Amino acid sequence: MIKGCLRFGRHDKGRRNNKHMLEIKNVHKSFGGVNAVNGCDFVIRENEITALIGPNGAGKTTLFDIISGLLKCDSGQIYLAGRNITNLKPEEIANAGMSRTFQHVRLFKNLTIFDHLLMAQDNRDVKVIANLINGNHYEKDKYKAYVESFGIEKSLETKVSDLSYGQRKLLSMAIAFLKLHKILLLDEPVAGVNKVIQKQIENVLLKFKAEKKTILVIEHDMEFIKKLADRVIVMDQGKVIADGKPNEVLRLPQVMEAYLGE
Amino acid sequence: MFSAYLIHLLIIIGIFLILAISLNLTIGYTGLLNLAHIAFFGIGAYTSALLALQGYPWLICFFSGGVLAALLSFVLIFVTKNLKGDYLALTTLGFAFVVYSVLLNWTDLTRGPLGIPGIPKPKIDGLNFWSNNVYLILVIVVAVIIYLILYRLVKSRYGRLLEGVRDNEIGLAVLGKNTFRLKYQSMMLAAFFAGLAGSLYAHYITYIDPSTFYLEDIILVITIVIVGGLASLRGTVIATFIIILIPEALRFVDLPSSVLGPGRRIIYGLILILILLYKPRGIDGKVDLE
Repeated sequence: MIKGCLRFGRHDKGRRNNKHMLEIKNVHKSFGGVNAVNGCDFVIRENEITALIGPNGAGKTTLFDIISGLLKCDSGQIYLAGRNITNLKPEEIANAGMSRTFQHVRLFKNLTIFDHLLMAQDNRDVKVIANLINGNHYEKDKYKAYVESFGIEKSLETKVSDLSYGQRKLLSMAIAFLKLHKILLLDEPVAGVNKVIQKQIENVLLKFKAEKKTILVIEHDMEFIKKLADRVIVMDQGKVIADGKPNEVLRLPQVMEAYLGE
Repeated sequence: MFSAYLIHLLIIIGIFLILAISLNLTIGYTGLLNLAHIAFFGIGAYTSALLALQGYPWLICFFSGGVLAALLSFVLIFVTKNLKGDYLALTTLGFAFVVYSVLLNWTDLTRGPLGIPGIPKPKIDGLNFWSNNVYLILVIVVAVIIYLILYRLVKSRYGRLLEGVRDNEIGLAVLGKNTFRLKYQSMMLAAFFAGLAGSLYAHYITYIDPSTFYLEDIILVITIVIVGGLASLRGTVIATFIIILIPEALRFVDLPSSVLGPGRRIIYGLILILILLYKPRGIDGKVDLE
């Protein structure tokens, strides 16, 4: 790669023949007496968008945090493209090919849009001496076009603290997507945003779908899920209670019961 | 007479400038509320002084002070790796008190409260720094080099990572960055420069004792950083001149020495209160005090 050049939307294609991109095997996590994740088992296949749904408190975000290394599981195993990543550090899991967003965006409020893109771009920035000696020159037009493709019509020098919540959500997706990854984990991408931003996020995700990206997404908006997901996994009380195509799964009685009660 | 006094002030400003800009790297850029900086200053001063008295060349004494300070800062950041904010501040303050106690009580090595007199002035290849004019040049050269290194670093992509640690450590970790590594690198670099400043101080004053590296000077350096503004090297430079020079005005007022010392502390306190009330970001701060 040419130094300073930008590779957008970088799916790591190292293990194309592996159909199981992410494997969750009997994962348990409890907080005191509460079993937040209680023997969770499923597989995420490559090139599919899988929605992870369930009522509040089902353990979806806890599971996301375990997968990405922010929480350690009590037992069970997690494999990413065949590699055991159980209880590795978050940065090790990220560098193994995991990219994620958060329900409540986690950006750097005093930094600019451009700073965020550079952080996600590669890991050359961690080298102290190299950064002291070498200047960096970037083709900013490419970065500008990239963030515009996510619907962010702001100068690259805009600080994150000056962006609206919706624009921050879009930026968090843009940097998660820019980071070299095998799988993208999106935690409620349209939660808390207005209809206009929701439509923009929807368009971005539908583009990902057309490009056959591997994505695991937590979402509550059923219409959105039907349009987007190839497959739906339903969790309740820390367990998987259903797994299949959206139209079939969302009609299952146990799923209706979990969402609406008896 | 006045020019000698001015040169003395400029040397002290240069030394405190190194101390303050390196502290801004950890507090302002990396967001680590490090109150142990004055301890690293002391470690550098004592290491350099003790080696010089053993007859080692000045350059070795100078860099040894920085290296030992950096190594001990790694120990500190390693044991405090899971602490943040106020908890980190208290632990690092505790470290400063421990270092002070060691300097005070390890009398076989440090002579305790009697201090170490007769620290030789630097000498490099026959060029000696007995004159304060020449010493001022040495301090300026060292301060400018350190400023340029820090400036280049904080403006680079690496500098953005340090700011990422300050703003959102988890967000940075999920981008694949080892945040602990960034923290210890920032801390070690700052401690290294503080150690160098300590060496410059010891060889300039030629006498050191533990009281120089205690609470009052921690407050002084933190006041400089806050008045200058977090994450601003330029602001720190301006603030160093202001904070060192303002209390000097008291010297020209006919006050007894028993009033002079407390008077300085009152001035630092007043400046801090005024800054926090009317200009919370300091002179040129880029981020809020939190």
